[in-house]
Amino acid sequence: MSTLVVQDDVAEERHRFIEKLTPYLFISPWILGFLFFTLGPLIFSFVMGFYDWPVVGERTFVGLQNYEVMLTEDPLFWDSLWVTVKFALFFVPFNVVLGLLLAVLLNQKVIGTGVFRTIFYLPSVISGVALVTIWAWIYSHEYGILNFLLGLAGIEGPNWLGDPNWSLLAIVIASLWGLGGTMLILLTGLQSIPKELYEAARMSGVPGWARLVYITIPMLSPMLLFTLITSIISAFQQLTIALLLTKGGPLESTYFFAMYVYDNAFMYFEMGFAAANSWVMFLIILILSMLVLKSSSAWVYYEGEMNNSEAADD
Amino acid sequence: MTRALTYGALLFLSAMFIIPFYWTFITAVKSIGELYQFPPVFWPDEVMWDNFVTAWFKQPFDVYLKNSVIVVVLSTMGQLFSCSLVAFGFARFKFRGRDAIFVLLLSTMMIPWDVKMIPLYMEFNMLGWINTLKPLIVPAYFADAFFVFLLRQYIMTVPTEIDEAARMDGANSWQIYWRIHLPLMMPALVLVGTLHFMNAWNDYLGPLIYLNDQSKYTLTLGLSMFKGLNETDITSIAAITVVLCIPPLILFFFAQRYIMDGSIGSSVKG
Repeated sequence: MSTLVVQDDVAEERHRFIEKLTPYLFISPWILGFLFFTLGPLIFSFVMGFYDWPVVGERTFVGLQNYEVMLTEDPLFWDSLWVTVKFALFFVPFNVVLGLLLAVLLNQKVIGTGVFRTIFYLPSVISGVALVTIWAWIYSHEYGILNFLLGLAGIEGPNWLGDPNWSLLAIVIASLWGLGGTMLILLTGLQSIPKELYEAARMSGVPGWARLVYITIPMLSPMLLFTLITSIISAFQQLTIALLLTKGGPLESTYFFAMYVYDNAFMYFEMGFAAANSWVMFLIILILSMLVLKSSSAWVYYEGEMNNSEAADD
Repeated sequence: MTRALTYGALLFLSAMFIIPFYWTFITAVKSIGELYQFPPVFWPDEVMWDNFVTAWFKQPFDVYLKNSVIVVVLSTMGQLFSCSLVAFGFARFKFRGRDAIFVLLLSTMMIPWDVKMIPLYMEFNMLGWINTLKPLIVPAYFADAFFVFLLRQYIMTVPTEIDEAARMDGANSWQIYWRIHLPLMMPALVLVGTLHFMNAWNDYLGPLIYLNDQSKYTLTLGLSMFKGLNETDITSIAAITVVLCIPPLILFFFAQRYIMDGSIGSSVKG
């Protein structure tokens, strides 16, 4: 009798143990992936940043030297960072504002919104390589369709990819062609705004622009925050388009920071130096995201927090 | 008035989004003579379908296609299985550290790819995986954070009573996942599968970094090599570009309602 109870206890214990373990088994693929493909690499690259670390051969500990060289001796570091910042300053606002414009247009009661929505999303579906080959031919100085169309309007188009004054803008335009994702997120946000708000405003004679400023933008602000942060992150990681369309030129006018990191790693095989580069990029993105998030309490409106913000206003 | 303005704006913007596609297509099917004509030819006299065949045999595109298909199929299977498993774990169990781990999962989405690029290369190099397709496939079996998030949001909308009823009937957690939730989350799985298919098919930087031999190239890498080989072979470049765009476009049209119904957007808010 007593042994039976003990056995029961053991069985129960085992059962309970398995039950406790089950959820961890379910999430174990992500845990393992996190350790091997995220946390491990992050630590690894942080350590590498303090070494002179070639792909093959001896590595030597150099302390902060990589960071010192980058910040004080290598002009390419600052130049490429500046190119990236300039790109972000153009790309991020246009991406969010044009995405919002498209979303607002599609949210009107017009025929064929489904077709238009699909058209605007199409470029987001194709490969960066395909996008680049398409735009390279459009921008072509002699045979490009863009300069032909500009010519019809009486404007002499520049040598888009060959002129350092225009090359960065050319990359901005090609990148903006893929703003379908931003548009889609904002459109979903627009559709979830209660219609009664607009009706009430219309009844009280609030004009269209005021409805946009006082209803649409605040109600949409969580989505705008999200698209703003993702745009910043993608702007700072810009690599494929520049790598293929201009190879960083002419005169390094499109030599992005990500390309600087890439070249140091895979052209010069300075893995330690490149790892240090990438940590600088990580920190910049982190700080920018934090700043945007911090500022968001001033301009992002969450429905659930209505009472709080009203209390704060008093 | 505003209505006319809206239509005008929509039509104008649509043209901006469509013309590059059309321009690429007609570039691919023009004859050499028409290619460099000025003013440009907007409707070729004769559609040269042969251009596609010519372009296809300028490089071993059969091999590239095979590699692309291997990567896309195997990695999509990996994502679907691992992400649904992990999402089920987060959505249906209470366990110690769950919320903290989930926040950690979400925060990994903010890590720029560049930071992981170098150590991952070293890691795969140590494993002897450089110049194989493994770096493009194996990580997909360890659940992408964004897809886990999407699927978890989806599972959360299913009433827990269904699980409880199944448990009463003696089903264990695996059976509840496999027999009940996996079929139920089919629409979300279509969305995840489509998004991952596009990522994998369109990926350029991964193959560029991990693959050296032409026999291992994927289609995107092959297309980019064209530019190096012969800058002036515009027709072939355009033809392969068209070919490369077709699978994601077809898939997009089929999966459109899953992508457009707002799963992406609403999950951001939720």
